[in-house]
Amino acid sequence: MKVIGCSIPRKDARDKVTGRAKYNHDITVGGTLYAVPRLAEYAHAAIKNIRTVAALKVEGVRAVLTGQDTPFLVGEVLEDRPPLAHGRVLYWGEPVALVVADSEEKARLAASLIDIDYEPLPVVNSIDEALKPNAPLIHPDVDRYTILNHPVYPKSHTNIADHVHVRKGPTDPLWPQCDVVIESRSVLPQIDHMAMETRSATVEILPGGRVLVHSTTQAPFAVQKMLAHYFQLDQGQVVVMAPLVGGAFGGKAAVQLEILAYLASRAVGGQMVSVVNSREQDFAMSPVGTGLDAHFRLGARDDGKILAAEITYRLDIGAYTDSAPRIARAIAAQCTGPYAVDNVKCDVLCVYTNHTYTTAFRGFGHMPMTFAIERAIEKLADALKMDSLALRLMNAIRPGQSSPTKARLTASNVGDLPKALNAMAKLIEWNGGKVMKVGPHLIRVQGIASFWKTSSSPPDAVSGAVITMNKDGTVNLSIGAVECGPGTKTTAAQILAEKLQMPVDRVFVHLDVNTEVDPEHWKTVASLSTYMVGKAVEEACKDLIRQLKNLAAIALKCSPSDLAVAGEKVFLRDDPQVMVRFSDIAHGYRFPEGDTIGGQRIARGSFVIRHLNLLDEETGEGRPGPGWTVGVQGVLLEVNTETFDYRVVKAASVIDAGKVLNPQGAKSVVMGGMCQGLSYATRESVVYGSDGTFLNRQMRSYRTVRMGEQPEQYLVEFVETPQIDAPFGARPLGEHGVLAMPAAVANALSRALGIEANQPPFVPESLWALAGGEKA
Amino acid sequence: MKSITGAYEGVFHINGQTRRMVVFPQDTLLSLLRGHAVSLSGAKPGCENGDCGACTVVLDGLPVKSCMKLAVESEDTAITTVEGLYDTEVPKQFLDKWAFQCGYCTSGFILVAYAMLLNTSRVNDAIITEWLRSNVCRCTGYQEIHEAVWAAANARGNGT
Repeated sequence: MKVIGCSIPRKDARDKVTGRAKYNHDITVGGTLYAVPRLAEYAHAAIKNIRTVAALKVEGVRAVLTGQDTPFLVGEVLEDRPPLAHGRVLYWGEPVALVVADSEEKARLAASLIDIDYEPLPVVNSIDEALKPNAPLIHPDVDRYTILNHPVYPKSHTNIADHVHVRKGPTDPLWPQCDVVIESRSVLPQIDHMAMETRSATVEILPGGRVLVHSTTQAPFAVQKMLAHYFQLDQGQVVVMAPLVGGAFGGKAAVQLEILAYLASRAVGGQMVSVVNSREQDFAMSPVGTGLDAHFRLGARDDGKILAAEITYRLDIGAYTDSAPRIARAIAAQCTGPYAVDNVKCDVLCVYTNHTYTTAFRGFGHMPMTFAIERAIEKLADALKMDSLALRLMNAIRPGQSSPTKARLTASNVGDLPKALNAMAKLIEWNGGKVMKVGPHLIRVQGIASFWKTSSSPPDAVSGAVITMNKDGTVNLSIGAVECGPGTKTTAAQILAEKLQMPVDRVFVHLDVNTEVDPEHWKTVASLSTYMVGKAVEEACKDLIRQLKNLAAIALKCSPSDLAVAGEKVFLRDDPQVMVRFSDIAHGYRFPEGDTIGGQRIARGSFVIRHLNLLDEETGEGRPGPGWTVGVQGVLLEVNTETFDYRVVKAASVIDAGKVLNPQGAKSVVMGGMCQGLSYATRESVVYGSDGTFLNRQMRSYRTVRMGEQPEQYLVEFVETPQIDAPFGARPLGEHGVLAMPAAVANALSRALGIEANQPPFVPESLWALAGGEKA
Repeated sequence: MKSITGAYEGVFHINGQTRRMVVFPQDTLLSLLRGHAVSLSGAKPGCENGDCGACTVVLDGLPVKSCMKLAVESEDTAITTVEGLYDTEVPKQFLDKWAFQCGYCTSGFILVAYAMLLNTSRVNDAIITEWLRSNVCRCTGYQEIHEAVWAAANARGNGT
């Protein structure tokens, strides 16, 4: 029996390709009311007056809520966000009022009839504007907000929501020893998750006190805790149900609509109310991914050894913090990229702007971070006149070294970046990034970039698994991780099947999540589900095997230690024909006389990551995750030097996966990430007008890669350096395909055109301008 | 051209079944299909303005974004949804080639591919791109979808 390492078809496959898989808003209940928010039409303005009379007159309208009805602040880390704007609006698209009506159409009509007087205020439209000495303060009370989850260090009388420090060895004494010093600045825009399914939430408050929530969330247990906290409920009262999720990419880890739906339901006596984001709302009102302005100073010896790094990362977090302080710490902890640098000074700032607020985004800040690092590395290679792959190889992080926050690195926790770099050189036939002429005005050029990432999860994040047995010997598996797309549920079933040595198609995994019956899984984020859920499943399997052996030992009149489990049987190790089947003992063992002992086999496993801690306030010292995933990505571009148009001929990834649990699944997730990363590099950006208006809030103006725009060829390879404490040695893989693609594209374009391509997305016009515009 | 003002009883042919249903002028085909009377939720709302293709269905052999079509306009046409393609070649190949992840855009892609095969005797890469660029997938690298469509074309004899 071998399940791990095989391309087991996904458990959700047949339902998905037949259109029968159910997502959150596929099942609607007659009589459900709809709540529609009225969005701010200013990026920064005082609300002078809200008149709701006309809205209330619309037939079918049941309630209209404004900020006055919701006088409290919410936040995952820092409580700085009103569910509906209080007094001022801080971003274009912020919800200002909420209409509850019998139908979505009526609610939408009524929302448009709400009459709001605004007094426009100066708009903080960029990080630079936010940090000017006399910048308008977006949160004048930033130092008086409640901190829900330490740490976060807001700076009073500034637009700085948080500041994270990394101090590893002094940098000042090192600069004179450096033969080469480079400086590099990269600027990346906010981007949108644009999951195909927009966010939605339905809440019903039952008279008995239970609150039923149906949501597109990837963090149902976070929704449960947030609602319980803000509405003074026992956590057990709040039942959150998360069915299959239609793409998430971090954007559905934030809790927003669930709070609005709760408020709406409460306003109408607890009736069932749905809030369903329109696409425009999903873009502008719900959180997007952070923008970044990064500055690097790198110094190296002439042989390429990097001696010192001074780095500033300034994040455009938009109007509210949400998970930004955690993202800032994730960036801080990996701030040098996967390179050994003994002397590091790094500052990460969360900067408030009048932009849409931001949240987790595939890679948790590591995609923009990697971009900035890899552009600096490339510039250093140029200054040293060194092959950039050789420079990466020389400085690649290795076991025995330490991370920027002084976490000790081992072969188990950090993997083998040099091996991945060498594999990449072969895979794309690395030529040092030389420009190859392939036609008049047509050149081909390669670009590579490396990455690393760990979870940066809270030290107390938990996961669990419950296995119940059916009478026929099949097993049911219940876990708290949501299926957002990568096949998490199937991986969990594979781990169970391998541990029990039973066919995976006899393992039935609960595809939805219900907080009332499924054990908690912290959040389906950080690519951690396979590790955390997997560990819990392994524990549950041990428990089940122990239970099965104990009962079988009675039936077979032997000691449990004489027994082994495989093929849905428990048998004597030395004489497998002496055995009982799972079906004989799943619901207790029945003696020939008819009397029965035992009962249903119900097993459980529980897991919490050990030895993590919060980063030190002054030095950043601390251990941010259980292990790192390292990898290298590359592209071969064909660039037209006359039109500045280009296409991706090849896109390649080599990732240290530890152990590939499901080859086809792993390849698919990495390829999908690569495509998304190329999409960011080549076309995606939230565009704000000079007044802070979110301009491109439709899929026709926020363009993503479509069929025919993907690379001509994807090359995906894995190296396997086991992470010893992980299930079967597997490292996290879910987010990573995206991480270094934009950097690889920028590195290739920079070489192709002799420019510094440091500001994605790269469209022909911006490349033309960088190459000298009309002068070119 | 049909003109209706209030509740209207129409006859709809969905996946080979005829249904008599009451629709209103503002109802889109997407809302009709997903509503309680029909409950075929394979067609998904993704943008509701024709940008993403997640709501695609096939009307008289041609792909149509059902969010852009009024329900009443689709009376007396043969409507095929993803549920109507159960056990046919295109979904089978999407399954075999892992041409989905979250699955939300999948029905739309399957229906465009199905319509392409109905209308094209010999497909090639350019034709596949031309037909399938109407839709957006955010999870896959498109390569898997491309392979699934080719495999379906070959199985149906539309290959090259």
